[in-house]
Amino acid sequence: MSRTVLETRDLTMRFGGLVAVDRVSLQVEARQVHAIIGPNGAGKSTMINLLTGALRPTAGQILFYGRDITGMSPNRISHLGMGRSFQRTNVFPSFTCLENCRLASQSRLKNSFRFFRPAESYRQVTERAERALELCGLSHRRHTPAAAMSHGEQRQLEIGMVLATDPRFLVLDEPMAGMGQRESETLLELLRELNREYALILVEHDMDAVFSIADVLTVMVNGAVIASGPLDAVRNSEAVQHAYLGEADAVEEA
Amino acid sequence: MDLSLFLIQTLNGVQYGLLLFLIASGLTLIFGIMHIINLAHGALYMVGAYLAFWLTSLVGNLFLAIILALPIALMMGILIERFLIRHLYARAHLDQVLLTFGLILIFNALQSIIWGNDVHSVPVPEWLNHSVALTDNLRYPVYRLFISGVCITIAIGMYLLIQRTRLGMIVRAGADDREMVRSLGVNINRVYTLVFAAGTALAAFAGMIASPVSSVYPGMGESVLILAFVVVVIGGIGSIKGAFLGALLVGLTATWGTVLAPNFASAAVYALMAIVLLFKPRGLFA
Amino acid sequence: MLDIPKSIRILLLLLTVLLACYPLWGEFFFGDRYEYYLQKLTFMMLLAILALSLDWLVGITGMVSIAQAAFFGVAGYTLVMLTPEFAAANVWVVLPAALVMAALAALVIGLLVIRTHGIFFIMATIAFSQMLYYLFHDAPFFGGSDGIYMFFRPEVSIGGVQLLNLEDRQTRFFIALVSLVAIYLLLRVMLRAPFGRVLRGIKENETRMRALGYNPLFYKLAAFVIAGTIAGYAGFLYTVQDAFVDPSAVSWTLSAHALVMVILGGLGTLFGPVLGAFAFEWLHYGFSNVTRHWELPLGIVVILMVLLLPRGIAGLLLDLSNRIPERKPDPAPAQGKGAAEAKPPIRETTKEARP
Ligand SMILES: Nc1ncnc2c1ncn2[C@@H]1O[C@H](COP(=O)(O)OP(=O)(O)OP(=O)(O)O)[C@@H](O)[C@H]1O
Ligand SMILES: [Mg+2]
Repeated sequence: MSRTVLETRDLTMRFGGLVAVDRVSLQVEARQVHAIIGPNGAGKSTMINLLTGALRPTAGQILFYGRDITGMSPNRISHLGMGRSFQRTNVFPSFTCLENCRLASQSRLKNSFRFFRPAESYRQVTERAERALELCGLSHRRHTPAAAMSHGEQRQLEIGMVLATDPRFLVLDEPMAGMGQRESETLLELLRELNREYALILVEHDMDAVFSIADVLTVMVNGAVIASGPLDAVRNSEAVQHAYLGEADAVEEA
Repeated sequence: MDLSLFLIQTLNGVQYGLLLFLIASGLTLIFGIMHIINLAHGALYMVGAYLAFWLTSLVGNLFLAIILALPIALMMGILIERFLIRHLYARAHLDQVLLTFGLILIFNALQSIIWGNDVHSVPVPEWLNHSVALTDNLRYPVYRLFISGVCITIAIGMYLLIQRTRLGMIVRAGADDREMVRSLGVNINRVYTLVFAAGTALAAFAGMIASPVSSVYPGMGESVLILAFVVVVIGGIGSIKGAFLGALLVGLTATWGTVLAPNFASAAVYALMAIVLLFKPRGLFA
Repeated sequence: MLDIPKSIRILLLLLTVLLACYPLWGEFFFGDRYEYYLQKLTFMMLLAILALSLDWLVGITGMVSIAQAAFFGVAGYTLVMLTPEFAAANVWVVLPAALVMAALAALVIGLLVIRTHGIFFIMATIAFSQMLYYLFHDAPFFGGSDGIYMFFRPEVSIGGVQLLNLEDRQTRFFIALVSLVAIYLLLRVMLRAPFGRVLRGIKENETRMRALGYNPLFYKLAAFVIAGTIAGYAGFLYTVQDAFVDPSAVSWTLSAHALVMVILGGLGTLFGPVLGAFAFEWLHYGFSNVTRHWELPLGIVVILMVLLLPRGIAGLLLDLSNRIPERKPDPAPAQGKGAAEAKPPIRETTKEARP
């Protein structure tokens, strides 16, 4: 029996007159990859901001493992096990790769009001950070400051930091944007790996990637869901072909 | 307490508040549009007062002095923006704080070098130097009413400028978006220079018209600067309306405080700010 | 900024030793000015502690506070108010009391300002510190604008045995020195610990910290209170040294001076602001010897510093030490190279992320 990990009910977000997310109801089951696609400005990132608590919805409800998390702060939601990556790279530039992951990993200590022992001496924290680095393929760069790395590598680090928080559900906002071909494939492999245990929401413009990994596909346009369901059904539905996929190339160029 | 004292203090509070509005509105405009925090704003108020004192003693008339002093203040604003502030747009607020603090030091020194450290008074212009009867046994100085009138006129003028003109449109948009501004065909550098000079002139002008009632002394800008900060924090950054209402609130609290609890008068204003921050960390009108 | 280059560490050690030996060489160089400079150096070290505490806030946590003098002054006033008129106070009473009062003031002001950001935070800290200023300035109870003298310095004794004589200048000099070194080392340790990492993370990217599961408010408040308490400690010793306190100890001008020390020395480096404090006080002293209008050259220096030397003295030293080829036996080549590449440039505006 599959268990529902995440559910939204009529989730709505208004910015003034603009309805960025319009009564969206989704369900993500355990070990599912739920991809959300849509043209620029469709409201995908806003959706993610709502799920992770960065924004408070105007209306609607979010349930995570059956628990109502609507309006909860991002830090609490993170501690419930939701790990979030950002569309625009959001790392700590002056920290090295390892320090970035260690700071992420350190968040799983009960608190960080630890004033005297050096951070490196917390073995579990460091181990978890190292593991995350290895998973995202950056072990060889562990002592390089994030600011000195290529854009693609920073994207990898972005994922590494999420993994270092030991999440049980991943919400990734265009993780492949800005990555090279090889890096994208490695990441896709990693996502498949993670998907054996975890469910994940994947917002992505790279259609090949989406089609190769998604179980469920949701298409958003102007804040509203125009189609949602098993990958193949949605991919071939006429409305979607017309409204979005027909223009996919143009969108990717942008 | 009798009614007449109440009336006088209220009038004083309103007048003080309106004056604070002139100062705070310049501060909030400069921040709202240019994202610059200007600690030297109070020093410019002081410079205005000293200019008024100095020129009045030369030409013998406050209004003539103000007319002569305003271009000087504008020029100062333009020069400061051109040569100093312009380097700070891409920098952190911290650098702005420090540079404008350096300006305070320089202005204080120049004031002391040019005008000395004595306290001066500026004569109220003859035709305003009397009082009107508010009630049978209560008279109120006309000059204070005059200050209020001038401030209200300027406030209305600013309101119209912001609601009705293209410059105002940029101001309302917050000018966050340089692209948007450029697409309007506006030279953003010129807008910044203009806004900074206008803010400077507002502060200096406040110092000029206040000089006959507050007298002119070293360091007079600092308490005004802090009060202007309080006004902006209460009203909300970048909001002219907030500055207006915040200034009245602060003016009334300060004058009333002096009557009710003289030893804690200055603290009352900050207590007001604390309460606002507690419930509205972005100010009342942000 | 976790590891400072070896050459700088050696330089700092040398300077500390030089300072510690002042009583040995000072008389030879300065003759009858010796005593005067001994006092001057003591004041400088105490201001250096104030600058350190401010760097913890501004440079490490990224909170541009202009209220640091408030906690400095509150501690000073606490000491003076608790000292009887014709007897010495007990240090074991007045020191904790002064620290607690400074911490409390930091907690209350911190709670009020902590949720504000950027320019709002700056204005709110100035305003609240000014509130304390007026409190001390207007209330006759606190001696008003004239301030209050303390005729006896606190007594440091255990069971009737005197441990230290605070009336002795040289003793005060060494207390200041030991305190400065101890607090510097304490902050370095905290910087390496998980707590320090979190503060640095907050400075660089508060949104991300939240997404990672940290609640920045708690940590910022803690940083604010810790910095306030350290400033209080500096204020306590400063008042002991001066045997006098007046509202200028609480004024935002002193806070601004401390900020100048921090930037002049080098933001976020901890050792920089210490050097900055000495440099600033030395300039201050030098200019006021030359002219009554010392504010003019000082203001010019401050402006030039912002425009030309945004990374401060520490920035210069770090650049210099990068030129010295370091022979490192431990294999961490990537680190050294990367660190040089990723030298943080001029402070840039961080656009506040929209919630
Ligand atoms: N904080 C905000 N305030 C106001 N409007 C916003 C805010 N955040 C997003 N929007 C608007 O909401 C709409 C949806 O934006 P969103 O970033 O969610 O789109 P997206 O689907 O992620 O697009 P992209 O593919 O470009 O990342 C856009 O029109 C955007 O301008
Ligand atoms: Mg997006």
